[in-house]
Amino acid sequence: MSSSKRSTVIVEQLRKQQMIEALSRGKRLDGRDFESYRNFEIEVGIIDKASGSAKVKLGNTEVIAGVKVETGEPFEGLENKGALIMSAEVLPTASPHVEPGPPDEDAIELSRVVDRGIRESEMLDLDKLVLIPGKTVYTVFVDCSIINSDGNLLDATSYAVVAALLTSKFPIYEIKDEQVVDTGKTMPPPITTMPISITAVRIGESVLLDPTTEEEACMDARITMTTQSDGNIVAVQKGFTGPFSINQIVQFSEIARIKGEEMRSKIKELN
Amino acid sequence: MKELSLMDENGKRSDGRGIDELRSINITVGVVKNADGSAYIEFGKNKIIVAVYGPREVHPKHMALPDRCVLRCRYHMSPFSTDTRKNPAPSRREVEISKVMRESLEPSLILSDYPRAVIDVFVEVLQADGGSRCAGINAASVALADAGINMRDLVSACAAGRLSENIVLDINDLEDKEGDADMPVAYLPNLEQVTLLQLDGKLTTAQFSECLEKAISGCKLVYEIQKEALMKKYFGNEMELKEEA
Repeated sequence: MSSSKRSTVIVEQLRKQQMIEALSRGKRLDGRDFESYRNFEIEVGIIDKASGSAKVKLGNTEVIAGVKVETGEPFEGLENKGALIMSAEVLPTASPHVEPGPPDEDAIELSRVVDRGIRESEMLDLDKLVLIPGKTVYTVFVDCSIINSDGNLLDATSYAVVAALLTSKFPIYEIKDEQVVDTGKTMPPPITTMPISITAVRIGESVLLDPTTEEEACMDARITMTTQSDGNIVAVQKGFTGPFSINQIVQFSEIARIKGEEMRSKIKELN
Repeated sequence: MKELSLMDENGKRSDGRGIDELRSINITVGVVKNADGSAYIEFGKNKIIVAVYGPREVHPKHMALPDRCVLRCRYHMSPFSTDTRKNPAPSRREVEISKVMRESLEPSLILSDYPRAVIDVFVEVLQADGGSRCAGINAASVALADAGINMRDLVSACAAGRLSENIVLDINDLEDKEGDADMPVAYLPNLEQVTLLQLDGKLTTAQFSECLEKAISGCKLVYEIQKEALMKKYFGNEMELKEEA
């Protein structure tokens, strides 16, 4: 039987005190140091019906991303580019607190921040995904389902998307008399770089990478930074109510680059 | 022409099965960490995750019943689960399946043991391959058992159908689309009660009885696999020890 809201709050208060006490000694409640990620597992090609798919486990957080490729009209103002559409849903399986229904603001922020990293890095070369200029282009859907949520959904989802795109096979289409015909053959997608996001939360003066749900419940502020293969920063999102100092942000940008490179080489091994 | 593609002259079906053969079934118990009970099923190419939360407080409160527990069920397909991308918003089909699924599970549970509470069953289809409602029910019943909900029996589900003159067990995606009848059935194997029965397609009265009988024989096969999956989670070590001894 789940506990009532009031008793949950009391437990959280006690845990928070415990956590702050541990942080002052340089330790986290799960024993990690501040800059360690949890155990990271990745599996690709798990959905045969998708053009690409990946399951990522980051500690107890579990995310599946699936890529579907169709043809369609280009977006207005982007007539000579393929269309990339991303979505993320935190499934009601993910935790006792999720209600089924349309995505709430956290889920929308999640998919938009993940989308930003992929889009701004131009990981997918959308210029190469045009079939009939101005009329028909590739439409690439990347949909993410969060199966179990234990913090840092942003990074887990972002890694799942990158891995799913990286290992996907796009259909090859032919143009016959202004008509688009599926040849039944596939090609690797036009990949230019690998955007990797790194997320940290600030609790008091401590900045912790890869936060758990419990740490997120105690956070003062959150920051996510995405770097591409050459180390340049392509997307940032500061979240939650508290601020960061300039110094903390500059330090974090360096950590995001170094940690990003580590993660990138782990995901690269898949290919 | 169409019959030829579904059944060859040796009685083999399009995927190589005989008329009384199930697709391969694999069930894993306890796959979602945060849930009170969960199960993952691979039923042919179906891949489905089920998580159970509860019994817990009802929100909104006015839904609560004074004498028993409310059971809620949500059947949902991931956008990447089908051949062409599925819109993530719930369709009318998903709403209906959620309803019949809930009604097929409810008779197995002793809901009067948890008055004023709710049990939520979330069924997520990661890949669909025909018969996903049956596969979902099988996983959901196992997940409810994993959550420790008091129950009278497991619910086992399986479809049977007709390919021209043949009544066959466990209709797959192609047979569902091209075949002549599809009849999903859910069954309480110990209480010998039917809790889900749907049919689309044409059957004579005789074929109907044969089809029902065949589906129930399939349910009984599924029941053994469900039991085994639960035994593996809860008595895994003991089972291994027994085998060694």
